[in-house]
Amino acid sequence: MNSKKWNTVATGILYFIAGVMILILAFLLIFILWNGLPHVSWHFLTTPARSFQTGGGIGIQLFNSFYLLFLAMLISIPISIGAGIYLSEYAKQNWLTSLIRTSIDILSSLPSIVVGLFGFLVFSIQAGLGFSILSGALALTVFNLPLLTRNVEESLNSISESQREAGLALGLSKWETVLRIIIPEALPGIVTGMILGAGRVFGEAAALIYTAGQSAPALDFTNWNPFYIASPLNPLRPAETLAVHIWKINSEGIMPDAAQVSAGASAVLIIAVLIFNFGARFISARVYGKMTGTK
Amino acid sequence: MHDDIKDSLLKKSRATRSEQRGRIISLTCTAIIVLIVVSIFYFVASKGLATFFSNKVNVWDFLSKSIWNPGSTDSHGSPQAGALPMIIGSFGVTLLSAIIATPFAIATAIFMTEISPNKGYKILQPVTELLVGIPSVVYGFIGLSVVVPFVRHTFGGTGFGILAGTFVLFVMILPTVTSMSVDALRAVPRYYREASLALGATRWQTIYKVVLRSATPGLATAVIFGMSRAFGEALAVQMVIGNAVLLPHNLISPASTLTSVLTMGMGNTVMGSAANNALWSLALLLLLMSLVFNLLINKIAKRGRI
Amino acid sequence: MQNYSADDKFIRELDPKDHEISISTEDLHVFYGDSEAIHGVSLPFERFKITALIGASGSGKSTYLRSLNRMNDNIDGTRVTGKIMYRDLDINSQNINVYEMRKHIGMVFQRPNPFSKSIYDNITFAPKRNGVHGKETLDELVETTLKQAALWDQVKDGLGQSALSLSGGQQQRLCIARAIAMKPDILLLDEPASALDPISTSTVEDTLLALKDRYTIIIVTHNMQQAARISDYTAFFHLGNVLEFDETSNVFQRPKITATEDYVSGRFG
Ligand SMILES: Nc1ncnc2c1ncn2[C@@H]1O[C@H](COP(=O)(O)OP(=O)(O)O)[C@@H](O)[C@H]1O
Ligand SMILES: [Mg+2]
Repeated sequence: MNSKKWNTVATGILYFIAGVMILILAFLLIFILWNGLPHVSWHFLTTPARSFQTGGGIGIQLFNSFYLLFLAMLISIPISIGAGIYLSEYAKQNWLTSLIRTSIDILSSLPSIVVGLFGFLVFSIQAGLGFSILSGALALTVFNLPLLTRNVEESLNSISESQREAGLALGLSKWETVLRIIIPEALPGIVTGMILGAGRVFGEAAALIYTAGQSAPALDFTNWNPFYIASPLNPLRPAETLAVHIWKINSEGIMPDAAQVSAGASAVLIIAVLIFNFGARFISARVYGKMTGTK
Repeated sequence: MHDDIKDSLLKKSRATRSEQRGRIISLTCTAIIVLIVVSIFYFVASKGLATFFSNKVNVWDFLSKSIWNPGSTDSHGSPQAGALPMIIGSFGVTLLSAIIATPFAIATAIFMTEISPNKGYKILQPVTELLVGIPSVVYGFIGLSVVVPFVRHTFGGTGFGILAGTFVLFVMILPTVTSMSVDALRAVPRYYREASLALGATRWQTIYKVVLRSATPGLATAVIFGMSRAFGEALAVQMVIGNAVLLPHNLISPASTLTSVLTMGMGNTVMGSAANNALWSLALLLLLMSLVFNLLINKIAKRGRI
Repeated sequence: MQNYSADDKFIRELDPKDHEISISTEDLHVFYGDSEAIHGVSLPFERFKITALIGASGSGKSTYLRSLNRMNDNIDGTRVTGKIMYRDLDINSQNINVYEMRKHIGMVFQRPNPFSKSIYDNITFAPKRNGVHGKETLDELVETTLKQAALWDQVKDGLGQSALSLSGGQQQRLCIARAIAMKPDILLLDEPASALDPISTSTVEDTLLALKDRYTIIIVTHNMQQAARISDYTAFFHLGNVLEFDETSNVFQRPKITATEDYVSGRFG
């Protein structure tokens, strides 16, 4: 009898806590969207920020976030695919491999502020890139590589060994087999991981405040020559991103409408994260269906 | 008779070259990652150790003294770099948030795997995934606009401090710890549960005595992983902790963590100065702690496998 | 299982004057780490004949077969010693281009393993990589190989279909077509019909008999009727040794070794 009662009570508590979990998410989403969305307008999304007056937007920060994301993924995708292939296809079981795996583990658990400071020291100062998009993109690459690599490795490992044997038995090299047979089959997993990685990168700030910098100089959207100083594409200009902007205006406290701008910017950030999240699910389902289904 | 096939077997071909290229490319990519890790250690350590070797700060003083003013020197002529307030702040928010998050996370995980593995799982799985994806500055902003005023009204003071930091970190690590706990619970073989239920145990007894017990290593890993996240989190904590480099008197007075001091200070010091080196020492401490967490997780994983 | 002596064996010599040998092994040993799976096997394989490798499960048939095109190279810790003679070359040596070699020594596996591409692409994939181009050439290649594999009639209207939509037996014949699209000398097959139903099995057997005029075929089989039906020579494997190698009719009707007799009469295995 007693243990039965206990069973009911415990189950009740578990239901309650699970409910709290859902409430937390609901609260966060509603809070951000409720407070933020009213501030989000085309004007808000496209005008530059203002420091000492109200009415500024997040146009440049938004552009910077996407540009940084693009560059960071451009650098980290090929490296992570290469390293993922090495780990899943070439690495033998020996001390070298376990050293490599340990390094990747360590890198993935490093606090992003440490990655940011490393980027500051090496890319911004020693390499002379200063506070720049390039320096930020490199820091984000460091931050992104371990998870992407592990994802590529796992996706490749999930493809049956018999597919590799099929390729090899036809006289293809291992590299060709992996590149042309295994990777296409592992693509849903790889793409999903990449998009989730992109979501993480998009919201990252700590790795950027000392690499991409905390200022967003005005851009001339009519000149796309990457060597022109105010060009949006210039990789050597400082570039505050959306996430850094939220942090910056809240810790400086000089922008009069900081709370509203942050709420709006947070809403945009959250929506972006939601899009990345659902995009990952959607694409992986689509690609998967296409690969296995009958055309 | 001339045999072309025989000749071709002794020559390099397109495939040989592609294989060579592939090996070089993939090994290079891997080497880049290892090189990054090695250089992170090298640079952070060489900067961080300068405090002790060039600026002659005693390691023990660094860890145990509570006056942080590395720009000026003490009576012995070495910089006043006592990191105790930040160390206490970092460990304080980490431990407290983990203590609150653990029961929540494990309970939610039990709910998802044992009580309602179909419907509950289907709802909560995306919920945790979404929560994991929310950027930390958003957590910081919500902390600033909701948690800090809440603490101020309920407990008095400015609202900034370890308590606010704890709340924010609790919500931040909750989804991660939950989803790892779910993995740990799902790894417990089904027949354990079936055997226990068949012996007449109630569901709760089964969960408590069988499932949780055999999932303990996985659950511990989840919690430690959450702690390492909390310990290394910078911006969200910095936004609500108050940023006063003082020994915290209580949970609601402004305090600081290793990460918050680093975030605020790095831009205001000159590279190579004693004040700057002292900050790098904090970064080194952060790096070492992340190693410790890593080591703990590996230890538990190894023990769990036996 | 009785412990038969490995010294008690009969290996028929094939006189090179009457028999053209495609590939042969001399004292082949295979090690997985420290454990030896093949203990010095020497066998000849005659051109345009089917040789069956029979024996109990675990006797080393697959291991031996996979050494012939060096598929075991890809398993960590595997070592192969001895000679594999093909076109007057020992292909078990470092200086051999294994990729070239595998083009001439094709392989079909136990489980059908088509690529998750279209039927057409499954066949043309490797030839294209090796410089076979032109739509007409490729179309023709697809048609002839599918005809040789007795699959053409069933799939000719759906070559763009995913290979994974085919039945197991069709997939296996596609794998055979894919292998012969490389125009190999030798075809190695590791229990190609063991995962198939009886009807598919007999289609695959017919396919192999039809292929015999053009290819040297070495087939591992667990099924003794199958070996008796299709093969010209049979090698009996036991615990990593070949105890008997002879013309198939002799092996099944007049075995010279007790172990073989016990095995083919179903006393173990
Ligand atoms: N990859 C491997 N690693 C270690 N041992 C193996 C491996 N593959 C096969 N073996 C061992 O080698 C022996 C021969 O196996 P196999 O060639 O698969 O036999 P068969 O094909 O005749 O059933 C068996 O004892 C088997 O356990
Ligand atoms: Mg076998």
